[in-house]
Amino acid sequence: MREIIQVQGLTKTFHLSSKQQKLERTKEKIRVAVDNLSFSACQGEIFGLLGPNGAGKTTTLRMLATLIRPDSGDALMDGVSVVRQPEQVRRHIGFLTSELKLEEFFTPNYLFTFFSDLHQVDPAVREARRQALFARFGIDRFAEVKVANLSTGMKQKVSLVISIVHDPDIIIFDEPTNGLDVLTARVVTDFLQELRDQGKTIIVSTHIFSLVEKLCDRVGVIVGGHMVQCDTLERVCGGLSLEDRFFEIYKETAGDEE
Amino acid sequence: MKSGLFAVMRKELARFFGDKRMVASILLPGILIYFVYSFMGQAMGSMFGVDEDFAPAAQVVELPDSLAEPLQSAGLTLTEVEADQEEAAREAITGQELDLLLVFPADFDQAVADYAPASGQPAPQVAVYYNSSSTQSQFAYTAVTELLDTYEAQLANKFDVNAGAERYDLTTEEDAAGAYFAMLLPMLLMIFLYSGCAAVAPESIAGEKERGTIATMLITPIPRGHIAVGKILALAVIALLSGASSTIGTILALPKLMGAASDNLSADIYSVGDYLLLAAVILSTVLLLVTLISILSAFAKTVKEAQTYATPLMILVMLLGVTGMFGGGASQDLPAYLIPLYNSVQCMVGVFSFTTFTAGVAATLAVNGVCTILGVVVLARMFNSEKIIFAR
Repeated sequence: MREIIQVQGLTKTFHLSSKQQKLERTKEKIRVAVDNLSFSACQGEIFGLLGPNGAGKTTTLRMLATLIRPDSGDALMDGVSVVRQPEQVRRHIGFLTSELKLEEFFTPNYLFTFFSDLHQVDPAVREARRQALFARFGIDRFAEVKVANLSTGMKQKVSLVISIVHDPDIIIFDEPTNGLDVLTARVVTDFLQELRDQGKTIIVSTHIFSLVEKLCDRVGVIVGGHMVQCDTLERVCGGLSLEDRFFEIYKETAGDEE
Repeated sequence: MKSGLFAVMRKELARFFGDKRMVASILLPGILIYFVYSFMGQAMGSMFGVDEDFAPAAQVVELPDSLAEPLQSAGLTLTEVEADQEEAAREAITGQELDLLLVFPADFDQAVADYAPASGQPAPQVAVYYNSSSTQSQFAYTAVTELLDTYEAQLANKFDVNAGAERYDLTTEEDAAGAYFAMLLPMLLMIFLYSGCAAVAPESIAGEKERGTIATMLITPIPRGHIAVGKILALAVIALLSGASSTIGTILALPKLMGAASDNLSADIYSVGDYLLLAAVILSTVLLLVTLISILSAFAKTVKEAQTYATPLMILVMLLGVTGMFGGGASQDLPAYLIPLYNSVQCMVGVFSFTTFTAGVAATLAVNGVCTILGVVVLARMFNSEKIIFAR
């Protein structure tokens, strides 16, 4: 299978302000969020990034989505560099994270048109996609309701739909089911599987083991900014449940770091 | 890709015009200014003026023959009283039951005739008691002291200045009105334009950062520069409307505010060319102000923080506006027009006082334009900075 995402030695550090140092009771001025991270994801595959809070999952995804620049290393998204051609990369990717919000003043209809314009989607294609996606997620009934008046689940669905208005080949979802009720979470996971079946390449970050077991073809475990395991789900688990295996890996890594 | 720029612009305008409260915030200042200034003009008129048929009631001790006729001609209702009634008259003035008490020395006319200024002796004293908190008493006091001063000047008359009925002030009505407008409007315009920009720019830039909606736009392929330009153009349109509302309100209310002094105070003294020139200067000023406030807002994490950062700029704009109140016309030195914002004030003064310095206006448009372009480049670079966009 063709490798669509090739991550090569991504590294990202953050400077801690004196306020942050005080809050976190540390004297270190620089924090390595992601350290020389490499992995790849193939076409038609869901790749899961698994790790505890603060492991560097979100920072990695932000770098892949070109929201932040890596200090070193690079990632090729369908052959396009996130460092050298970030605007080109944005044409190929759809990025969903809870940090990215929709303007609550507008309706799903307005936002769909607005983001389609930013992605230069042809109006005829836009209308067809709007109909299909709104019907798929049950948004059509709320298409003219301001986002502020939608339920949390419906807002998440609208965010998801907006993130893929341009029908990207690569989809990056950070904690896609966070804060969702079971029904909405199910709609999202089913849709991700559909996208995979359509040949899209998907990266999801999560700390929900069941989600990874259900969705992912391959998984990368990140601890302390390092990729400590990266393989197919079966090989990573080695006959254990993912949860048990994760804690084993975590203990080994934590032991190494100590 | 230009379609993305216009999409951002349309979105900003839709955000603003879709919200009734925001639209009201554009129209209200103009309406409020009109009513407040009109009310102030009326209040000040009634505070310092009296009815046309008002005849101040005055009591006089030792009324001299020479002044009886002039005082009555001045409209005073005179009552002669004895010196022992002075105290009661003063109390009546304090109680606002009487307007004036004039106390002349005995044989005032003879004393004045005998007085030699070179003698070193004190001149005959006339006491005029009044109550400054009473508009009528104050009015009567002013009329009487003017009359007495004129009488004193007549006694030692050596020459007169502008004594005839001829018109000595050779100013045109337009120049007089222009001088009024030039003194007030540049400062007010700068404040209104700044207020219009400050009302929308922090919300659009810092507000989007605060709500996390700007990052959603930044992961689309539209260049960051287009986002910056789209926002600035839309904000400029809104700020211009806000500034126009306030300015129209002010121009309409100014004659009412200035009362009798403003008989010929009408904005139709200016030609279409003057208004076009003013519009060009205002447009360049608004673009620059919006850009500056947008840059400050991009540094801020919240709308409140952005408003705090913009406060020094507001003070600067007000100070620059005040400079337009002095100097009697626009500067005719080109270097003065190379200073952003100060040049705008000078151009406005020039338009309103009919002293426009054409090269200065051209320099102003060029300088403000260049500064705006540089500002847009800076803002686009800030949108590229993760430290600025994701600052928490």
